[in-house]
Amino acid sequence: MTQAATHADHSDDTDIFGFWIYILSDCILFASLFAVFAVLQSNVYGGPGIKELSNLSYVLIETMVLLASSFTYGLSILSVYKNAKYRVLFYLGLTFLLGASFVGMEINEFTHLFLEGHTWQSSAALSSFFALVGTHGLHVSIGLLWMLLLMAQLITFGMTPVISRRLTYLGLFWAFLDIIWIFVFTIVYLMGSI
Amino acid sequence: MANHVEQSGGKKTLKSYLIGLALSLILTLLAFALVQKHLLTTANLYITLGLLAIAQFYVQSVCFLRINSSKEGQWHLLPYLFSIVIIAILAGGTMWIMYNLNYYMFN
Amino acid sequence: MMQKILFGNLTWQAIPFNNPIIMGAAVFMVAIILLIIGALFYFKQWKTLWTEWLTTVDHKKIGLMYIILAFVMLVRGLIDAAMMRLQQAIAVGDSMGYLPPEHYDQIFTAHGVIMIFFMAMPFMFGLINIVLPLQIGARDVAFPFLNSLSFWLAVVGAVLLNISLVIGDFAATGWLAYPPLSELAYSPGVGVDYYIMALQISGIGTLLSGINFVVTILKMRCPGMTLMKMPVFVWTSLCSMILVILAFPVLTVTLALLCFDRYFGMHFFTADAGGNAMMYINLIWIWGHPEVYILILPAFGIYSEVVATFSKKYLFGYATMVWATACITLLAFSVWLHHFFTMGAGANVNAFFGIATMVISVPTGVKVFNWLFTMYRGRITFTTPMLWTMGFISTFAIGGMTGVLMAVPAIDYQVHNSLFLIAHFHNAIIGGVLFGYLAGLTYWFPKVFGFKLNETLGRYAFWSWIIGFYVAFLPVYLLGMMGMTRRLSHYDAATGWHPFLVVAAIGVLIICGGVLFQVAQLLVSIKNRASYRDVTGDPWDGRTLEWSIASPAPFYNFAITPHVNSRDAFWQAKQEGSHQSETKPQYEDIHMPKNTGVGFIIAVFSGIFGFAAVWHIVWLSIVGLAGAIITVIVRSFNMEVDYYLKADDVERMERERQSMITQMATKAACCGSVATQPQILNTQNI
Repeated sequence: MTQAATHADHSDDTDIFGFWIYILSDCILFASLFAVFAVLQSNVYGGPGIKELSNLSYVLIETMVLLASSFTYGLSILSVYKNAKYRVLFYLGLTFLLGASFVGMEINEFTHLFLEGHTWQSSAALSSFFALVGTHGLHVSIGLLWMLLLMAQLITFGMTPVISRRLTYLGLFWAFLDIIWIFVFTIVYLMGSI
Repeated sequence: MANHVEQSGGKKTLKSYLIGLALSLILTLLAFALVQKHLLTTANLYITLGLLAIAQFYVQSVCFLRINSSKEGQWHLLPYLFSIVIIAILAGGTMWIMYNLNYYMFN
Repeated sequence: MMQKILFGNLTWQAIPFNNPIIMGAAVFMVAIILLIIGALFYFKQWKTLWTEWLTTVDHKKIGLMYIILAFVMLVRGLIDAAMMRLQQAIAVGDSMGYLPPEHYDQIFTAHGVIMIFFMAMPFMFGLINIVLPLQIGARDVAFPFLNSLSFWLAVVGAVLLNISLVIGDFAATGWLAYPPLSELAYSPGVGVDYYIMALQISGIGTLLSGINFVVTILKMRCPGMTLMKMPVFVWTSLCSMILVILAFPVLTVTLALLCFDRYFGMHFFTADAGGNAMMYINLIWIWGHPEVYILILPAFGIYSEVVATFSKKYLFGYATMVWATACITLLAFSVWLHHFFTMGAGANVNAFFGIATMVISVPTGVKVFNWLFTMYRGRITFTTPMLWTMGFISTFAIGGMTGVLMAVPAIDYQVHNSLFLIAHFHNAIIGGVLFGYLAGLTYWFPKVFGFKLNETLGRYAFWSWIIGFYVAFLPVYLLGMMGMTRRLSHYDAATGWHPFLVVAAIGVLIICGGVLFQVAQLLVSIKNRASYRDVTGDPWDGRTLEWSIASPAPFYNFAITPHVNSRDAFWQAKQEGSHQSETKPQYEDIHMPKNTGVGFIIAVFSGIFGFAAVWHIVWLSIVGLAGAIITVIVRSFNMEVDYYLKADDVERMERERQSMITQMATKAACCGSVATQPQILNTQNI
């Protein structure tokens, strides 16, 4: 086996491990935001709480959309194993559409809240709501941008080891975002609506 | 061979994704239904929602993130568990402290 | 107006032309920068600067640059300290001193921020960068490009802080910027914004370094080096970096939320609309306590290496050292409330964290005993690194003890935020962290430069530092117990504090003398480097792998990846005589990363973003942010980021180096001033 191939094998393992460690640091970041939310969520400063401001059916749809996108990304990874470039692109495109819908719905929700006068300046509770949910949405948006770039790189360079590895990173990132969302919809929306 | 990126021993299969999708769907719908239809008392609701979230967290970790306890998988599993422990300490400690401060300083 | 759009809040008023101290500092800084630029032109080194330093991804060079950054910031931080000591020594009774309170507040804030973030952390990353890959038999760190990016982000943070001295203000809130004081309502200027940007930008670099080193240690050890065969410095670096990964995101979030409060009118920590300032204090110390362990653990590792080497013994209790380090790592997350015992928690909470704080001193005690037992019945040589280590053991023990004293909440209620606290943490950080890094500096200097430092001046430096430290800080302990609080810029004569503060000021002067000795040591050693040259790569009769290669190390570190099968692998090989093999080595191609300026460029854009954000120059901050992001994207399309060093080239370079060493050794042998065998040098010529 040539030096290049042995290095690539070793390097994949190391690189993916490195990305995984970054994901764990991002978990700590979200944990801090959750802690802030947990402490400040009841400081509504006389304003409405999550119960009055959120529409659970809407959030359910958002959740389904994101869950579906996690699944379609998984399908794209399976296509990477089969070296099927166009199928990968198809499923990535599908994931992108679903992810973009999620972000679109969230922007819509935030805009409505703002227009009704419930801004992040209104109270500590709303500040922490926007910070937590917004940070998650920002991560998803960055993931979407990354997805577009990877699709462009897949078209430009083909299914090289580097591109496969990057698709794995994005897969970890995307799955991690769905996991964070589990806690967001449970703690912020569901528990907030009890 | 060069394109076959195996993620630390946990071979991804269609089956695991389908199971993950199905279970997550069920757990999500269950959680939403419990709240929207007020099927439990408040205290029980908090606990159940928490458990449902943890269950779905487990399902997605195993089915989507492919966390496993194989020899290669332990590289991902152990840091993951350690982070969870630290998060529990930090979140739990924060809740305890802030509750305590609130009690002593605002009552 | 055009002015507002183009320049945001930046106006000429931002520069304090009527403040002679700041203007003097500004002139000094500008003069040095011009000097450096002039030298670069005169010696025609711009291309070299770019190709060899700004674009390097070599961990040894990056490490060296980190240490240079640390040293420069040490000087600035010490000047801040001297200014404070001078103010406190004269501002008694009717005299208000020479520093108005607003200025004094910025000085103690800058002193703390500089010493922790831009002196201690870079120093630590510098030493780890240089030594770690060598100790595990690796060719570089896991992610060399990220390594370069991390360094330049740290530089940008330091630059922003230094710019704040001249253009605008720095924070006047203390080094942790507690709200509500740090909120916009009570700190309406740009100071806290500079603070936030500098720390966030360098914080990203720190987090990336943490990931880099953890992956390097876990995945890139040479064959045979299992975890329990790693040098203890590697273990402590691993645990320290794990703490970085777990703690720094909390700092990032906390500062970001403060930033949101200030920039977007949010209410996380404000005094109104439901904000909770204690949440900031809780979060910042969740980061802050692990931070001090992040700093001290690598120093502990250095001590383990130095003690073993200069006692010519295996480290006593290797396994317990590892377990103690692991315990400290875990427990570091369970004590943070002891920084705010007095801020309203009940007895249960205080008791829990007080006990946890006392518990965490136990593994550290285990380590101290292990070092002492290593020295017992060893054949000790009192080189400069060993002196720093012995100075540490006594000094840090005192600092640790005062920490355990304050772990008792009832006692802490008496001394919290008094000078007793200040004396404690300076005791622990100077005696523990700084002495350790200086030991590491003098220990590994020959590996980086190929010649040793002058021992006599090193001794003078050490004694000045340790005597200066005690003269400066023992009075501070007494002042704390006499009731003097921290951060005072003026006090009454009736307090009786004045004589102690004068003594403390003298102590700082002695420390400055120590720094001057260090500078002299460097200059003298460079001037006489021919006679201090070490051609063997092993000037101390070392025990670990970094001493098995030449000094300075070739850019690829190891021509042949070593295979180890024991602790102190190099020592073992020397005992068996197997470190110098007669058979011709089998060279292979070496995979190396290419130099790249992308890390530097991303950092520059980040700096532009930071400066623009401070002054609310919207268009410029967009330029900075977009520039950084676009650079990342462009880089990601570059598939030619590495190359292979051919086996033949490696062989040729090794042979060339070998013949150069033989030449130098012959030349030195006939001048009779350098040992050529890999035995330890006795007292060398001065």
